[in-house]
Amino acid sequence: MSKFRKKGGKELPPISTASLPDIVFMLLFFFMVSTTMREVTFMVDIKLPSATELTKLEKKSLVSYIYVGEPLPQFQKTFGVSSRIQLNDQFANVGDIMDYIIAEREARSEAERPMMITSLKVDENTKMGIVTDIKQELRKSAALHINYSSRQRVER
Amino acid sequence: MARKVPEIPSASLADIAFMLLIFFLVTTTMDVDSGLERRLPQWVEEEQQEDQQIKERNVFVVLVNRNNDLLVGGDYESLENLRERAKEFMANPYDDPTLPEKEAQQVPHFGEVMVTKGVISLRNDLDTRYGMYIAVQNELVAAINELRDELAKEKFGKAYNDLDIDQQDAIREIYPSRISEAEPKKVGGS
Repeated sequence: MSKFRKKGGKELPPISTASLPDIVFMLLFFFMVSTTMREVTFMVDIKLPSATELTKLEKKSLVSYIYVGEPLPQFQKTFGVSSRIQLNDQFANVGDIMDYIIAEREARSEAERPMMITSLKVDENTKMGIVTDIKQELRKSAALHINYSSRQRVER
Repeated sequence: MARKVPEIPSASLADIAFMLLIFFLVTTTMDVDSGLERRLPQWVEEEQQEDQQIKERNVFVVLVNRNNDLLVGGDYESLENLRERAKEFMANPYDDPTLPEKEAQQVPHFGEVMVTKGVISLRNDLDTRYGMYIAVQNELVAAINELRDELAKEKFGKAYNDLDIDQQDAIREIYPSRISEAEPKKVGGS
């Protein structure tokens, strides 16, 4: 047994972990600054189309979102597989959009209302029929400034 | 003070920070929202709707059918050529009589220039794929953006995005972004 014990004669001192919290805090602050909170949990599957002429949505507080796509597998039993609209955290019909826009408008201050943008996050395989219906509803509710959400594509 | 207060152990600080870090990793997203920005036309009631008479040469008709085929100004076209066609239409450099008319207008910074009266009309079928629609929109927006950029480089020697606001306004007056979207109806291929 003494054969083994001899080895621990000169041990390396353990690495100090005193700076570990600092490192982790640094990472934490990085993530807090560079990311944004998820607004909703997605209930539809969305693969955005790609485009080159993009503009960034600068003021998040002015943006209201409309999601369109196929329901996720766990919702397909109740909602089917055809494309559905999602507003906030629930499925909606085309007729609900006007109420949604009005509610969104009420939630903003008077000065911000003219600058509001509606961002359409639509799956690229959706049929245009549903998108056109949404656009008509948006026109009726006077939410004319829209943004077709898309990914950046590299120029050919 | 005879007795010292014992120091608070900081060994678990790292764990707490890790927990916070993981929470933020899970609940946040990194992506910046960006997309094609468009303005919808005002809503008009059905009865008030009147057909605006626009000369045929002033309209650039883009049709997208349910099979995602493009019909540009009466003939089949591929998506790659759409941008060039749209640019040619909006600029009309040689005053071609089949391309849109131009009208003399006073524009700040430029003086009197000929401004096109062209309108791009985009029409799609109810079954058109959204991805295709965005691709077409993108090409049309890109055509106008390229024209503006070329003009900005020629006149001011700078890219359009680097210009002052009133210079940008002037260029926007010369190349307005007139993309009209008619209500969809069945377009061929049924």
